[in-house]
Amino acid sequence: MKPVWVIAKRELGSYFTSPVAYVFLVIFLLLTGFFTFTAGQFFERGEASLGAFFGWHPWLYLVLVPAVGMRLWAEERRAGTLELLMTMPITPWQAILGKFFASWIFLGIALALTFPVVVTVNVLGRPDNGMIFAGYLGSFFLAGAYLAVTCLTSAMTRNQVVAFILSVVTCLFLILVGFNPVTDLLARWASPAFIDTVAAFSVVTHFDGFQKGVIDSRDLLYFLSVIGFSLFATGVVLRNR
Amino acid sequence: MIQIDNLIKVFGAKRAVDGLSFSVERGEVVGFLGPNGSGKSTTMRMITGYYAPTSGKVSVGGHDVAEAPLAAKRLIGYLPENAAAYPDMSVHGFLAFAAELRGLAGDAKKKAVARVVERCFLESVLHQSIDTLSKGYRHRTCLAQALIHDPEVLVLDEPTDGLDPNQKHEVRNLIKELGRSKAVVFSTHILEEVDAACTRAIIIDRGRIVAQGTPDELGRPLDEVFRRITIPDTAKK
Repeated sequence: MKPVWVIAKRELGSYFTSPVAYVFLVIFLLLTGFFTFTAGQFFERGEASLGAFFGWHPWLYLVLVPAVGMRLWAEERRAGTLELLMTMPITPWQAILGKFFASWIFLGIALALTFPVVVTVNVLGRPDNGMIFAGYLGSFFLAGAYLAVTCLTSAMTRNQVVAFILSVVTCLFLILVGFNPVTDLLARWASPAFIDTVAAFSVVTHFDGFQKGVIDSRDLLYFLSVIGFSLFATGVVLRNR
Repeated sequence: MIQIDNLIKVFGAKRAVDGLSFSVERGEVVGFLGPNGSGKSTTMRMITGYYAPTSGKVSVGGHDVAEAPLAAKRLIGYLPENAAAYPDMSVHGFLAFAAELRGLAGDAKKKAVARVVERCFLESVLHQSIDTLSKGYRHRTCLAQALIHDPEVLVLDEPTDGLDPNQKHEVRNLIKELGRSKAVVFSTHILEEVDAACTRAIIIDRGRIVAQGTPDELGRPLDEVFRRITIPDTAKK
């Protein structure tokens, strides 16, 4: 486990020694604020919940998470440091997990910095804080799933822009298969069972439960499967360098 | 220490390394010579476990690189081509990172970093970030990384590339000195380095060994020997 931590520490450090971390944190917080209070009509809703806040996360992460993860492997390939890393006495798994955890922790920090909305809603009313906790947990796993997909696309190329675009498209697909306007469209010709099956692949379907305050092991399993599969595929891609 | 047996690496239609066999013992400095694209770097990448061979076997210190990669990699210090290093890290941070990945911690880590900093003359840039370093310093930083765990086997891919004459001289002396107690393989296309640092030279061309021996055995002058036995790029199809 130790090499995992050594790599995670370096990776996390490199976010904060470059402007990436600060730009990301500021933009993330501005955008969550905008979507929650303006576009999400937080005040007009008149309810003490963070529905307006969490509802936007699948869309917000769609752009921001690939931006955080795109450099993970692409940059190692470009700078040639992949060779250095892969000839160290560590297994590829330790490197993959180290890098993934570093970025996931970074996203967790960003998410934790949204605490003022929790304070706000608690000052204004009496929200169900258990529900808010479930929402945060779901949001964290949602970010982890997108991030794992980005790890995979980043391992495929030395070009960060390519990694970013591939990742956005893949994550968009994971949203759209369960997005109501799309499933309504499918409902015109497909059987409900088919639509349910397709929607079961969507992050939105599984994130919904968390937003309602339900921590369902099936939803957790879904996110862990997406993360596990993507990281496994990352390992395969890196082995065939 | 290094045992290579009928090593082959094929990329698509190209046989980059075509049936290499040789061994390097402790106390030897083997110069690996050849024209550009002759398979020097590919061979070194297979020794260090970065590339998997298409067929053949590499073992380091008795450990098969394919079957026991961690045990083999622990024995090796490796300077990759172009001296790759994380540009956003400081020299000290980078060396500490390398030491930690090699399993060094606490006092042992501090001592190891101090030792290689002294050995590679890095005191003056210790807290500078790597992307601000000149090529010579970046090269030495990466060399320091390869020496951090005092490895028994050193694999150096063009260790003097991009250095000024003084630095070249220093690095050659360093290689010579390290060669007394370790097994060293380094690649170069500078022939005078063979005389200056090697106990033995292996000349390869298009993935095969075309000549090997001590500099004296190969004949003089070396550059004429080299030209005679390696086919110039222009003559290749």
